Amino acid sequence: MMTIEEFGRRLRAREVTSAQATEACLQRIAADNPALNAFILVMADEAMRQAQQRDKELAAGHDRGPLHGVPVSIKDLIDMRGTPTTAASRVREGHVAERDAAVITHLRQAGAVFIGKTNLHEFAFGTTNEDSAFGPAHNPRDTSRSPGGSSGGSAASVAAGMAFATIGTDTGGSIRIPSAACGIVGLKPTIGEVSTDGVVPLSRTFDHVGPLTQSVTDAFLVYHALLGDHIAAPPAPMPLHGVRVAVLRRYFCDVLDEDVRARFEEAVARLRESGAHVDEIEIRHADLISTIYLHISLPDAAAYHASALETIPDRYTPNVRMRLEMSRYLLAEDYVRALAGREVLQREVDAALTQHDALLLPTLPIPAPPIGAATVEVAGKPEQVRAMMLRLTQPFNVTGHPAISIPAGNTRSGLPVGVQLVGCRHQTDGLLKIALACEPRIHPPSTGV
Amino acid sequence: MTIEAWLRAAIADADARKLPGLKPLLEALAKATAALREADFNDDAKR
Repeated sequence: MMTIEEFGRRLRAREVTSAQATEACLQRIAADNPALNAFILVMADEAMRQAQQRDKELAAGHDRGPLHGVPVSIKDLIDMRGTPTTAASRVREGHVAERDAAVITHLRQAGAVFIGKTNLHEFAFGTTNEDSAFGPAHNPRDTSRSPGGSSGGSAASVAAGMAFATIGTDTGGSIRIPSAACGIVGLKPTIGEVSTDGVVPLSRTFDHVGPLTQSVTDAFLVYHALLGDHIAAPPAPMPLHGVRVAVLRRYFCDVLDEDVRARFEEAVARLRESGAHVDEIEIRHADLISTIYLHISLPDAAAYHASALETIPDRYTPNVRMRLEMSRYLLAEDYVRALAGREVLQREVDAALTQHDALLLPTLPIPAPPIGAATVEVAGKPEQVRAMMLRLTQPFNVTGHPAISIPAGNTRSGLPVGVQLVGCRHQTDGLLKIALACEPRIHPPSTGV
Repeated sequence: MTIEAWLRAAIADADARKLPGLKPLLEALAKATAALREADFNDDAKR
């Protein structure tokens, strides 16, 4: 499938139309969605109308920018006026959004074509997409495997060529986890940069909105459109020579699948060979990240769901209901301790970035897990899937730093591996610039992944 | 409230609400809370 960048060139050269690109995506959905279950709602007629309108505009000389006529999918946690926002839950039965989320407004202005709404882990409260009122989404690389989550249907839609890009949300890793599991790029911007207005919350403290795309350049284009800047041009490529990267070892590389470790070390070696200055550093208190995350995100979720848990508890999937019920027991004093821990971690990651342009670590310690697995074996030991999936992404939801996952090749069984770059807070563009420089070296050319 | 007292009360409440499936989740949460309370960044009126 073409990237947005390539599609834009061909669209403006009159080699392809938005209607043709949209039709191709709809054909892929018709062929593959029965096996992947990536979409909850396919908006075929509306998408074709939008695409034809974009083609007419372009013919009349009205070019809205890089996303003009680009078919995109939207995680079904984000309001689009006139359509249900199901959050993949029966709790939302009967809901129809009265207005667009802020990011949808920006994408409409940018000329995007909305192809449909994608499956997710119910209320984004999970990492595998297994608990959904619409059934699990499947990984396009291996349909017996999870696409990751919670934006699992979103990632599957891009990896399978059903959309050029998709919009996801990330509270503990829900953009980066499925991006890594499906072999695409996923960007979590700095906390607070992209509006969450009109997005069903999981944790208002940690929720982010961002793009999942086929390349870092595409992530740049969609990220800027989400901000309302729909004519931004990607920066010129910068040389890797002299870029200062810090590899996080202790905690972050302690528990890794053998093939994930191999692909990660190969990416580090290629960056060094290309002239990047690579150090190794530690983040103190890293082993407290998951407990800090839990003690802030769970009370946030409990507050949002308390009324529905009292009145319509049976409409939740059983696993999500149980975890939400657990969330209601946390004590305020422990929440305050976690807030203190969050500040400590923010300072420690900020300090690590004073001497470096970016931090480097794997995105997922394991490849996409089999659907239904509660545990996986890592280095000969059983590990909880949920803990594994969140382990390397949730730190940067806690601290708010921007982070991007880039494909780094495959395991021996052909499952994608992702590598994560983390940048300074409020410098998402700076991170994207580094990511553009690193992408060709992280992404092994021989695999074509 | 100590972790032990909190866990006893939480499990008793879950049982009263006919949610026995919560017990293992609450036990795991209690371990996480214990780790949080032991962290060196916590304030303490005695120090």
